[in-house]
Amino acid sequence: MRPSLPAAVTAVLVTVTVAVSGCSGPAATRAAGGTTVTVFAAASLKATFTRLGRAFEASHPGTAVVFNFAGSQALAEQITQGAPADAFASANEASMATVAGAGLAAGRARPFATNTLTIAVPPDNPAAVATFADLARPGLKLVVCAPAVPCGAATLTLEEATGVTLAPVSEEQAVTDVLAKVRAGEADAGLVYATDVIAAGDSVRGIAFPESSRAVNRNVIVALSGGPQSGLGQEFVDLVRSAEGQQVLADAGFGTAT
Amino acid sequence: MRSSGPRQGRVARDPAYSSLPGWVLVPAAAGAAFVVVPLLALGLRVDWSRFGELLGSPSSLAALTLSLQTSAVATLACLVLGVPMALVLARRRFPGRQVVRSLALLPLVLPPVVGGIALLYTFGRRGLLGQTLDVLGVPVAFTSVAVVLAQTFVALPFLVVSLEGTLRSVGQRYEAVAATLGAPPSTVLCRVTLPLVLPGLLSGAVLSFARALGEFGATITFAGSLQGVTRTLPLEIYLRQVDDPDAAMALSLVLVAVAIGITVATARLGERAHR
Repeated sequence: MRPSLPAAVTAVLVTVTVAVSGCSGPAATRAAGGTTVTVFAAASLKATFTRLGRAFEASHPGTAVVFNFAGSQALAEQITQGAPADAFASANEASMATVAGAGLAAGRARPFATNTLTIAVPPDNPAAVATFADLARPGLKLVVCAPAVPCGAATLTLEEATGVTLAPVSEEQAVTDVLAKVRAGEADAGLVYATDVIAAGDSVRGIAFPESSRAVNRNVIVALSGGPQSGLGQEFVDLVRSAEGQQVLADAGFGTAT
Repeated sequence: MRSSGPRQGRVARDPAYSSLPGWVLVPAAAGAAFVVVPLLALGLRVDWSRFGELLGSPSSLAALTLSLQTSAVATLACLVLGVPMALVLARRRFPGRQVVRSLALLPLVLPPVVGGIALLYTFGRRGLLGQTLDVLGVPVAFTSVAVVLAQTFVALPFLVVSLEGTLRSVGQRYEAVAATLGAPPSTVLCRVTLPLVLPGLLSGAVLSFARALGEFGATITFAGSLQGVTRTLPLEIYLRQVDDPDAAMALSLVLVAVAIGITVATARLGERAHR
């Protein structure tokens, strides 16, 4: 019994170490025989890029596409800290500037889609919201993104451009949190991306408003020079910007970038 | 290997004697380092030249004040609800007591975000009780009340566990004596039981306060995030991490300092309780 205990401890430590190292490298998890291309993409691109990743794998047999979906700024920081990524798709230009400024972009970042804000309300629209100006109505429970994150920055831009001052009851960290509160009926209205409303299906209702064109988020993408499969990263970038990629993005509610 | 057997009784009482094999020290030291090194790393990354300025910003101060206020109210709520719970669990025999205890302790093992969702569907505007509360003119959603509810939900088990344990360890001898001398149950409770378990009560309250101060998951799910109303210190740290990591680290260090203070305080109370 006695000698087996240190062995058991060692076994546990080895298991933990292996498990932990497995977590740290998404590139190492899949495609034992083939190659893996790692794409870091903004959380709002999850549905569309997952589809495009499958298309990429179909046209590149033996290649697996691994995604890391998170907030653009968080991804930009991971990349500048040395995370092994082959391509980076950011929901805004500011986060891309972080990566480009560190000299990690292989070429110039290209816009591939735009996203605008839209009003999300519960399906029964209890506060009868119809216009952007309605959101400033006293007593209306409005939830928006915090100014520190891109959707909140866009909200602030809209307020400044329209002169409408919003008094939200909550400023959330992520657009998904805004959507969750509208969906639960906690909030009367929320400002989210047009794509989020489409992705949410019947659980919320979207109300488009003309002022939204005054705060357009441009999604930009670039292959990364330091990535282990930078060439394949560029091919993925090309797929996103191809007619096929643009169609998938348009279906999800993204606007075309010019 | 040291000899055991007939001498075990004596050596076990000798404080200098340890039956622990030496190799245990290695993983133990690794475990200690695993806890301490990240905290050191945090301390090393803090921009000390801007520390005061970062903590003194209006958003930081608002978060700190809100956190202290809501945690204090939550601790009070834990005492009001938790003391009777602990008393009933420790002193009353009733069918299903084990089940009730397990349920009462559930928030301890539940992911806080799940607690937040559960609270949302209870006290939210369209929740089980929320509609009634809304009609009564007590809006909960997006108010500081929601923060307190979230904090109380996760902190309550700490008080109940701590106090119930103390109640069991002090036993019922003195209570029985007081009762035989003719003291009515309420007098026994106030004059005998509660003074006896005071250290356990205090350490339970301190632990509840600490848990309330650190509450994040249930708050962000249920209460929302607005400066001065619902954005507590952990929520502020999470948000600042996006646009001002230096401020996030400075605020984190404040929470670390509070946590150390609380740990030391409860350890002292625990020692006193054992004496």
